[in-house]
Amino acid sequence: MRYGLLTAAFAATAALQFAGPAAATDLEVTHWWTSGGEAAAVAELAKAFDATGNHWVDGAIAGSGGTARPIMISRITGGDPMGATQFNHGRQAEELVQAGLMRDLTDVATKGKWTEIVRPKSLLDSCTIDGKIYCVPVNIHSWQWLWLSNEAFEKAGVPLPKDWNEFVAAAPALEKAGIIPLAVGGQAWQSSGAFDVLLAAVGGTDAFLKVYKDKDAKFAAGPEIAKVFKAADDARKMAKNTNVQDWNQATNLVITGKAGGQIMGDWAQGEFQVAGKVAGKDYTCLPGLGLNEVIATGGDAFYFPLLKDADKSKAQEVLAETLLDPKTQVAFNLKKGSLPVRGDVDLNAANDCMKKGIAILAKGAVIPWTDQLMSQDTQKQKEDLFAEFFAKPDMTVEEAQKRFADLIAAAD
Amino acid sequence: MSKSERPNPLFRNLNAKVASIPMILTASVVFVGGTLWTVLYSFTNSKLLPRLNFVGLDQYYRLWSTPRWLISIENLLIYGAISLVFSLVIGFLLAALLDQKIRFEDTFRTIFLYPFALSFIVTGLVWQWLLNPDFGIQHVVRDLGWTSFSFDPLYNSSIVIYGISIAALWQGTGLIMCLMLAGLRGIDEDIWKAARVDGIPMWKTYLFIVIPMMRPVFITTLVIIASGIVKVYDLVVAQTSGGPGIASEVPAKYVYDYMFFAQNLGQGFAASTMMLLSVVIVIVPWAYLEFGGKKRG
Repeated sequence: MRYGLLTAAFAATAALQFAGPAAATDLEVTHWWTSGGEAAAVAELAKAFDATGNHWVDGAIAGSGGTARPIMISRITGGDPMGATQFNHGRQAEELVQAGLMRDLTDVATKGKWTEIVRPKSLLDSCTIDGKIYCVPVNIHSWQWLWLSNEAFEKAGVPLPKDWNEFVAAAPALEKAGIIPLAVGGQAWQSSGAFDVLLAAVGGTDAFLKVYKDKDAKFAAGPEIAKVFKAADDARKMAKNTNVQDWNQATNLVITGKAGGQIMGDWAQGEFQVAGKVAGKDYTCLPGLGLNEVIATGGDAFYFPLLKDADKSKAQEVLAETLLDPKTQVAFNLKKGSLPVRGDVDLNAANDCMKKGIAILAKGAVIPWTDQLMSQDTQKQKEDLFAEFFAKPDMTVEEAQKRFADLIAAAD
Repeated sequence: MSKSERPNPLFRNLNAKVASIPMILTASVVFVGGTLWTVLYSFTNSKLLPRLNFVGLDQYYRLWSTPRWLISIENLLIYGAISLVFSLVIGFLLAALLDQKIRFEDTFRTIFLYPFALSFIVTGLVWQWLLNPDFGIQHVVRDLGWTSFSFDPLYNSSIVIYGISIAALWQGTGLIMCLMLAGLRGIDEDIWKAARVDGIPMWKTYLFIVIPMMRPVFITTLVIIASGIVKVYDLVVAQTSGGPGIASEVPAKYVYDYMFFAQNLGQGFAASTMMLLSVVIVIVPWAYLEFGGKKRG
């Protein structure tokens, strides 16, 4: 009983605190952009939104998307929705939309002619459920990058590799020089993502789509995918001495020349920038691992929970427009290291690597990303599998491939 | 007025009954209700949001064919055995040593109990650093000259669960020691005197007289340790977040990950139902022996 009273008292004070500062056009925006480069990028969004006379209340949730999404979802389903929230566009918020918890943005989209300006089209398709638009894509993030430390290769006395195969061949020389050839952080999504990149690069675009889009389990058990697992086996051998967890710590190993390279999405670029490194001089990037130059159109999008407050709903519309504004797009994406979602903006300030990305995008060499193709459930199982594969040297390639094929057979 | 009405037993001790209504409601609605709800929905294919679409035992079949769940169970058994045995043994030994009327007993007690004031998260982080090969114990010993010394349990799949157990023991043993010490102090001084008169050696007195007399304390301690074992989660998250790979996963983490990260409530519920079942299997026979026997006797 005493505890009951205490809890009630705490709850009451907590409620008072949260109810206090809510003015009419304050809009709380939750996201998981907390590393140095990311925080600098999100500050640009906040600045642009504040300039419209509203106020951006920053709700950063530390600890990557995996930690942040459950918090966001339980706030929305639990009846305490924020003004807007980040998700990776694709299927993460599918059920929230189906349950009617998210706001339909079709009107704003028609007014802003989003269907004409957002490119590639698949981005907006991922936001569309039953013909209605529910989210605003803000950037294109692609996983298909190999980041190399020029310094590390110089130290090891080997020329900078031009593709994955050369990189694997250079690994012994790097190891001899006391450098970890490939940095892969301990978190499960990193090894799983690295495999997906290898699948698209070594296996090719068709193989990628056959496995993840068509969920062809027989193909996944076949010889073409066996080649990919062979490459993954190389990767785990090269990565075995990485004793870090977070992706940015792993990127930091590359930045400081302690590791030769890292397979990581273009968000790693923000870290290189914050560290004052120059693309082409201090570090080199190989899109598609130099083998198959494609870009996956994953990325971030903002979803707007359905709110009762009319003022806040109005502010949501303003935010949605602001996010797609050409100026905001440029400022945000330059800091973030990602590509803008509209083709008509001027990106002269972009660096070497981003220009490579833009060129690939202009060629139309795009593939959908796993977030758009598979449910979170399947992705989690895939993460578990590759976390185990990368950490357990005695797990054979054949066993891993068999389990992978089983997983694809049951995928949704 | 000769016929005084017997008070309705429902209204006897009315104050106490009214006062306990909130707790009764909490227990029945939150605990029992929540449990039944979870079990019910574990038979559905609920994804992000709970939906009553029954699929029979599918979630359980999937659960028991998932390598990660099997590893979790195995880890829980190892971790459970270690923390049960060692925290009892070490806790009792420390208590028995403190009970020898030593000097500075208060100081020692504080030192041993101190880790318990830290949360599992802090404990986990401290031991993550201590066991990190690059700047922890291994690093220190190597700097002292033993360059081939290797001690990196958290980075070795086959022994990582022992590394976690070390941290758990460091944190929890102090409390067990205090409980044991309280139990020892509850033993009548005369029993010790009688044992000494009979010439029984001290270790025999402890083993055959004192410990059997401390049965209630042991049972309390067991319950505290056991509940700590089943719900272990934060320590693993802080120390290894399940790694390397999935070598240090535990059931509670599986439940959380599948409910929230994988957005698959059905699977998470199935796993938590299995956890409940394991607790029930342990508790019911024990409760039957403990409480059922007394009523008959």
